[in-house]
Amino acid sequence: MADTAATGPGMPQLDVTTFSNQIFWLVVAMVVLYFVMSRVALPRVASVLADRRSAITADIAAAEEYKLKALEAEEAFKKAEADARAEASRIVEAAKAEMQEALNAQIAKADAEIAAKSAESEKRIREITANAVEMVNEVSTDVTKDILAAFDVKADARSVTAAVKAQMKGDA
Amino acid sequence: MAEESGGLVIKPMDQFRVEALFGGDIAWYTPTNVTLWMALTVVAATLLMVVGARGRAMVPSRAQSAAEMTYGFIYKMVEDVAGHDAVRFFPYIFTLFMFVLFANLLGLIPFAFTTTSHIAVTAVLAFTVFFAVTALGFILHGTKFLKLFWVSSAPLALRPVLALIEVISYFVRPVSHSIRLAGAMMAGHAVAKVFAGFAAALGAFFFLPILAVTALYALELLVAVIQAYVFTILTCVYLKDALHPAH
Amino acid sequence: MEGDIVQMGAYIGAGLACLGMGGAGIGVGHVAGNYLAGALRNPSAAAGQTAFLFIGIAFAEALGIFSFLVALLLMFAV
Repeated sequence: MADTAATGPGMPQLDVTTFSNQIFWLVVAMVVLYFVMSRVALPRVASVLADRRSAITADIAAAEEYKLKALEAEEAFKKAEADARAEASRIVEAAKAEMQEALNAQIAKADAEIAAKSAESEKRIREITANAVEMVNEVSTDVTKDILAAFDVKADARSVTAAVKAQMKGDA
Repeated sequence: MAEESGGLVIKPMDQFRVEALFGGDIAWYTPTNVTLWMALTVVAATLLMVVGARGRAMVPSRAQSAAEMTYGFIYKMVEDVAGHDAVRFFPYIFTLFMFVLFANLLGLIPFAFTTTSHIAVTAVLAFTVFFAVTALGFILHGTKFLKLFWVSSAPLALRPVLALIEVISYFVRPVSHSIRLAGAMMAGHAVAKVFAGFAAALGAFFFLPILAVTALYALELLVAVIQAYVFTILTCVYLKDALHPAH
Repeated sequence: MEGDIVQMGAYIGAGLACLGMGGAGIGVGHVAGNYLAGALRNPSAAAGQTAFLFIGIAFAEALGIFSFLVALLLMFAV
């Protein structure tokens, strides 16, 4: 049956007479396709892929740079904030010290005034006390003289005064 | 056999016949259906890879994306399987893949002629790879290339036997490489034709074989792509043996 | 008469040759099943092994295709 392969129900794959034709056109097709692919298609696709990769790399690098910048800015902001805080607390401290000083001065002044005033009042109290004792002495002497006169007892003024004084001291 | 079974005339092999486009005898230069479908294969591959990728856009269109994915897929395969120094053969491997892929896919069009179902075609492709790889191995490594057959990790007594097996399997490679592709294509198309013949013969139940043919077509689509992939990856494996013959 | 016997033998042989495709089917199923089993155990390593999956399937399938080819040869070329 092998002789019927070309015409009959045999396998066209085994028909040797067509082999040269197939091989010739296969070689032509492969050569054409190889040149189209290696000269046009593949370099083009490769360059597009390389462009995209480099663009992506550049974008990532730029993003990295921006991130660094943002970090730097944050750092600077934090530093400025810390500086401001330190400055503020320094001012508050100074104001406190100033106020304390003024307060101390006021207190010292007030203390001095109070001391002066209390010394004066004491002096006056002492004077008044002294006056009062004097007057009590006088009054007592007078009263004693009057009482003695009323009882007609003769007594000289000096002894009366001395007696009253002694009595007063004994009381006091 | 067909005459006796009453109208069931199925000629599954007729679709593979090589015919002159304009009549007459077939000489080696005659334009035949082989010429037509190979030209269509070249045109389809060119449409995808050249016209599709024409935009050069940063954000690719669908066709450009398909072209770039095909490129990346084959590039990675060559790099992974055959090693980084095999990249200089990438254009030929890519051409091989595109040719086989589009020949297989275009062959699935009804009434199309499948160029890759012919052993003459696949044998030329496979033997080209075989001779190129063998020559490359001897050019790069000289006689050291023969160490490929001398399994130094095996016990010494076993090595001659293994060497014989290795040599035989090495020379069977192009045969299996070509017959696998042609056989898979031929088998699928012949089976589809047989089922289609059943549809004509079954009368009222014609829809059953048609459903079967539909399912078969899905499978054949898968087979077409996988066979192109397998043909290419085996080329890469053979190339790896030539570049790095040490076992 | 003699041609009829030859043809009968060829057809019987073609049928027998198709048994080989069953073996290829078992082989392909074995490769894919073992790949799946391995992939389920270590899913992260599965992606790197798909190339070997397809190479294995191709080798197993090739033998089935050879037997199919023998069947075709017996049917159409002997």
